[in-house]
Amino acid sequence: MRIIVKCFAGCKDAVGAASVEVDLPAGTTVGEAFAELVDSYPGLASYDRSVMLAVNREYADRQSVLADGDELACIPPVSGGAESHPRR
Amino acid sequence: MSGRADSTLRGTIKRVYKITSEHIEPDALFEWSLKPHHGAVVTFAGTVRDHSDGRRTLRLEYEAYAEMAEAKMREVGEEIREKWGIEDVAMIHRVGTLEIGEISILISVATPHRKNAFEACSYAIDRVKQIVPVWKKEIRADGEREWVERNS
Repeated sequence: MRIIVKCFAGCKDAVGAASVEVDLPAGTTVGEAFAELVDSYPGLASYDRSVMLAVNREYADRQSVLADGDELACIPPVSGGAESHPRR
Repeated sequence: MSGRADSTLRGTIKRVYKITSEHIEPDALFEWSLKPHHGAVVTFAGTVRDHSDGRRTLRLEYEAYAEMAEAKMREVGEEIREKWGIEDVAMIHRVGTLEIGEISILISVATPHRKNAFEACSYAIDRVKQIVPVWKKEIRADGEREWVERNS
């Protein structure tokens, strides 16, 4: 099956593109798809713990199973609004 | 979206959730929000600050997953409706290059009485920063450019 992957902010920089298409076996989960992406784009590895993943514009857990044509988005910790979060 | 254009929406649409690449005026949502049965309009404007962690910032670049961001802002509006029964909520988030002092986000909540409006507006910006997929890159005076990706 073919999945469209959208990448934002630092994830986009790590992949080198805002959007890529990947072919994955049927039954692939969201977490497995991200692991595949890390193999192809090692710069994504640093996002493994912090990234949120969304399927068709809704946050998804890593056990969710993908379907052909799904849009998977790699969402680094968000920083919208105005003032920065304090450093931890 | 300009403030003047927004005023044409007055009375016709209850909620506005928008990602825009155009300059946001502070009163862009105010005119739209104010209706005869309201006694209070609380607006929050987030603005671009000239420093971060003790370093000077020249400007910010905002990027959004626009379709999802608008859907998530709408979700925040729905939460506000459920919690306070407030119908009139509007949010605009800017993307692109923003100079110091420009508005990055404008939120407006209009209610018959002020207390709920303050609470709901504060809730709105907190939730936006949690769930709305928007990112900023700091362009610093020292030449560094860095995405701000801190866990909240």
